[in-house]
Amino acid sequence: MTMLTEQAGPADDQSLRPVPWRRMAGVTWRQHRITLAAIAAFLGALAVGLWIAGQKTHHAYAAMLAACHPVVSAGCDGLIASFTGMNGFLSNGSALQPVPVLIGAFVGAPVLARELESGTFRFAWTQGFGRWRWTLAKLVPLAIAVAAGTGALGVLLSWYYQPYFASVNQTFGVPGVSPFAPGLFDLRGVASATWALAAFAIGALAGILVRRVLPAIVATLAAYAALAFATGAFLRAHYLTPLLTSTPNISSSSWIISQWWTRNGKFAFNGWPSYSLIQQFCNQPPPAGQSKATGLAQCLSHHGYTLWTTYQPASRFWQFQWIEGSWLLALSALLIATTVWLVRRRAT
Amino acid sequence: MNIVEARGLGKRYGSTWALRDCTLAIPAGHVAALIGPNGAGKSTLLHLAVGLSAPSQGTVTMLGGLAAGSPAALDGIGYVAQDTPVYKNLSVADMIYVACHLNRRFDRAYAEARLEELGISRKRRAGKLSGGQQAQLALTLALARRPRLLVLDEPVAMLDPVARHDFMATVMTAMAADGVSVLLSSHVLPELERVASYLVLLSRGRVLLTGRVDDLLASHRLLTGPSADAGRHTGRPVAHAGLAETEAHLLVEATAGDPVPPGWATREASLEELALAYLREPGAVTLHGPGHEMGTRTPEVMK
Repeated sequence: MTMLTEQAGPADDQSLRPVPWRRMAGVTWRQHRITLAAIAAFLGALAVGLWIAGQKTHHAYAAMLAACHPVVSAGCDGLIASFTGMNGFLSNGSALQPVPVLIGAFVGAPVLARELESGTFRFAWTQGFGRWRWTLAKLVPLAIAVAAGTGALGVLLSWYYQPYFASVNQTFGVPGVSPFAPGLFDLRGVASATWALAAFAIGALAGILVRRVLPAIVATLAAYAALAFATGAFLRAHYLTPLLTSTPNISSSSWIISQWWTRNGKFAFNGWPSYSLIQQFCNQPPPAGQSKATGLAQCLSHHGYTLWTTYQPASRFWQFQWIEGSWLLALSALLIATTVWLVRRRAT
Repeated sequence: MNIVEARGLGKRYGSTWALRDCTLAIPAGHVAALIGPNGAGKSTLLHLAVGLSAPSQGTVTMLGGLAAGSPAALDGIGYVAQDTPVYKNLSVADMIYVACHLNRRFDRAYAEARLEELGISRKRRAGKLSGGQQAQLALTLALARRPRLLVLDEPVAMLDPVARHDFMATVMTAMAADGVSVLLSSHVLPELERVASYLVLLSRGRVLLTGRVDDLLASHRLLTGPSADAGRHTGRPVAHAGLAETEAHLLVEATAGDPVPPGWATREASLEELALAYLREPGAVTLHGPGHEMGTRTPEVMK
């Protein structure tokens, strides 16, 4: 009995200094090291795969560039085909879409759900550290780890896709990949880290609400899917007012929001011209070297029609990244704050 | 100093009151036993006491006026929850690390020595320990915090007789050595009869009886007499297995010196008989029995 404490009165107890925050670092690490190691192994394997595939892509791009630019030489077409074909590997990032949410959900949802499911919260929340501080001290470092891991993956993916984004490609007919492509935008830059962070925060909140690990993970996946879909379908296009142009030549790296036609200054119709209109004025094939859409637009312009396009130029990529990253960060902070508040409010 | 003080304390889950109108004050220095059948509200009361849940009505303070669940209160309370939860995938050494780092005070040397004494290897996973060893681990971690109050929720319910004995021996040793007060809940009384010095009897979310065991025993007598006569005396019937049905046993509020009705014998009730009688007939508060005059001397009797 080496540390027999004196019987302290209430006055002494009130001035107790709380257990320092840093003490939670080792506790969090011990409890989550297996999960973190699994995530690190998964991301590592993914990174190695991406790096190997990226090496091939970069080599194919260099070979194509040598053959097609500035002078088109024999074999250019074949090299273009093999370069663009490689993009099928990740189908514009769609194959990697679930990575941030899986990482976020598998780390975030069990933090509280496992404690509540197994009853260990009755141990953790009655220690001197205090339950809301315990919750915050766990969630913040884990959130940072999740964001850092997926952020690093986003950097690697950006490197992988670099050749496809090069604007020089369009000069020799390689279709540009828009950095706004739905599968790519949220896996690169600030968005990749903050989407994983949002999944983590949703998971943490689902954990305290659902109180069981598997249902909490499922709830997280569902909520995340709804949020990601709504963002891609309704929200992202409106971060900045789209540019308006009547030029039929829109860079294929731009994100076209809407198109409509006018005739003599009056609205004519939306989208693609009707079959009868094409038959009436433009049933000739477009001249060589012109895409069908551009040819059609030029042809119809001779008959008094103008094509109007609203679009987001590729140059706005980073602005969009920061806008999306900012609101996702704010949302995540709000969700984590709500989780801590629920724990503090003693929702048991 | 009162280790627990509750005033009008209640907890409602949905439309059901798990605990209601609970007013009690347990002084320090006791092994206080919270007794009642399953679902009586014992765990609810303990959860409120350690701040795991918030009261729906009333207040509860700990260790002489500290708000339940406040950092100051938690600092002085070692709590071992029902089924003694431990992190199953952590080693015993990691459990010690966790408990050590989550508290201002932690006697690591004591925890390690005690676990070694019990033959619990620090390398083993907590989840692989037997039920008794897990309970001992949880108790050791709680005691190593050097608490002023040890709160144990159904500590022995899941343990075999040997483990029960070892567990209670650890508790009693700590109590003797460090002067720690103990508040424990149980639905099995015989285990506690020897150790409990303060009793709180709960049933259906209500406090039936609370007081020092000595006072309670001194203020109750067991009347034994003919069954045919029993209706004339108001008291709580005590069932005795194996005894003839012609004989009635009634628990009444009375002291040893009180007059005995003709044809009846009287003796001191055991703690178990006292608890059983109250749990069986919670509403039969003595109003017209022989012990009526003595009612004022009963420490605290509640409807």
